Amino acid sequence: MIDFTSIEQMLLDRSQSGLPLWDAIRRSDCARQGITPEESWTRMTGMLTAMTQADARYRAEDRSHSGLVGGDGGKMAAYALNDAPLCGPFLSQVMAGALRMGECNACMKRIVAAPTAGACGVLPAVLLPYRRQFSCPEEALVQALYVASGFGMVIASRASISGAEGGCQAEIGSAAAMAAPALVHLQGGGPEQMANACAMAVKNLLGLVCDPVGGLVEVPCVKRNVIGAMDALSAAQMALAGIVSQVPPDQVLDAMAEVGRSLPHTLRETGKGGLAATPFGQKYAPKEL
Amino acid sequence: MNLFDILGPVMVGPSSSHTAGAVRIGRMARALLGQEPAKAKLLLHGSFASTGEGHGTHQALVAGLLGLAPDDPRVPDSFSLAREQGLSFLFGTCTLRDAHPNSVLITIEGIQGTRLEVGASSPGGGRIRVFRVDGLDTSFSGELPTLVVHNTDQPGCVSQVTGVLARRGLNVATLQLNRGGRGGSAVMVLECDQPIPEETAEEVRALPGILRVNRYTPEYEEIT
Repeated sequence: MIDFTSIEQMLLDRSQSGLPLWDAIRRSDCARQGITPEESWTRMTGMLTAMTQADARYRAEDRSHSGLVGGDGGKMAAYALNDAPLCGPFLSQVMAGALRMGECNACMKRIVAAPTAGACGVLPAVLLPYRRQFSCPEEALVQALYVASGFGMVIASRASISGAEGGCQAEIGSAAAMAAPALVHLQGGGPEQMANACAMAVKNLLGLVCDPVGGLVEVPCVKRNVIGAMDALSAAQMALAGIVSQVPPDQVLDAMAEVGRSLPHTLRETGKGGLAATPFGQKYAPKEL
Repeated sequence: MNLFDILGPVMVGPSSSHTAGAVRIGRMARALLGQEPAKAKLLLHGSFASTGEGHGTHQALVAGLLGLAPDDPRVPDSFSLAREQGLSFLFGTCTLRDAHPNSVLITIEGIQGTRLEVGASSPGGGRIRVFRVDGLDTSFSGELPTLVVHNTDQPGCVSQVTGVLARRGLNVATLQLNRGGRGGSAVMVLECDQPIPEETAEEVRALPGILRVNRYTPEYEEIT
């Protein structure tokens, strides 16, 4: 039984169970929630369906309340159709997907928080283009979502998934650290590689601050979903290549928690520091009451 | 916490605390009123007041009062839905002492004239906490099936209510009791491990000294 407080322990419990990691995660959660593995599978499949629907409902003409956000997903998709987009067709699709979902969220459309609404673009940005690129069956994607949420549970328990507590590293960083092991699962990597992918994804966004203009989930949140998706892909590929995180994964998460606690209040979702405090950002500052 | 707190909820954006949580607060207020709301006054505190507009917090709260779920695509259009359904509402701001920055104080009146005051916060991830019901302190989240009982402060009320739940096979997870003053009105909040059927609420309503009984069912119970 996995208690989701340590990646190392999760891998040990997994190997004792003899189950694949995704199923060990599912069954441990079912025992905690008092639901059957089938009920859990149905709900998780529903999450994948909701992500797919949200992506399909994107409209490039939609704008957010402030007018700061909207249309970039459309621009990126158009550029991706270019003869030779700088990052190649697959990565261009990933970037377009991240922007689309981030913009859907900012425009009050229906999304799946993963792990938060502000970071909702990272997982679908890598999973949906992956599905098209590799003709991946739905079953494998649902399994990958279990892997993602299992690692997410450990991050939430050891560090944080809240920008107000831990800065953007806790939102976009956590989303990337969930997506990276999910990608390793899809590519047939083992649990150790998944753990390393998670750790490397966290390390590469460690210290990212939460500094939203006007306190709104718009700027820079939408575009940070792009870097989260790219971080996940690069960490997954490093792990698949056999590259390991020199700092053990649990210690990486502990560092993330410590960095989050050290961040000043102004850089933790208060809209008072960083980009929010620039002359541009201050034009959108909420009125003091 | 479970896997679907990490991957989920499915919700209308942009913010789990300022939008999804706000819908849940509205739904909770509606459930505790126990009838269609006709009028509502919503006073926003802290970050709800200062950044609520850009987060759709106002629309989200009204959507909840209308009974919409956090993932209902009609959440952004709740103001026009409210007009169609005859719910009038008024927003203002307030400063609450010792409250979480994402808080709101809602006063609602139902179509049958019942009035209720609910204070609630949305600390993050779409979770909520009701910190006040009709002027009395409470602390519950709606994550478990919840029974809220208004009673007169007299001996035996708690044991009668828990007796009904016991006979019906419902396990009480938490129990809170607060009163305005000796012999005055009191509010009892019971969070249970099993869904609370309407017949159980009816039986509690018929007990002596019980003024009002409402139940709240978490969303996932409604889905399954």
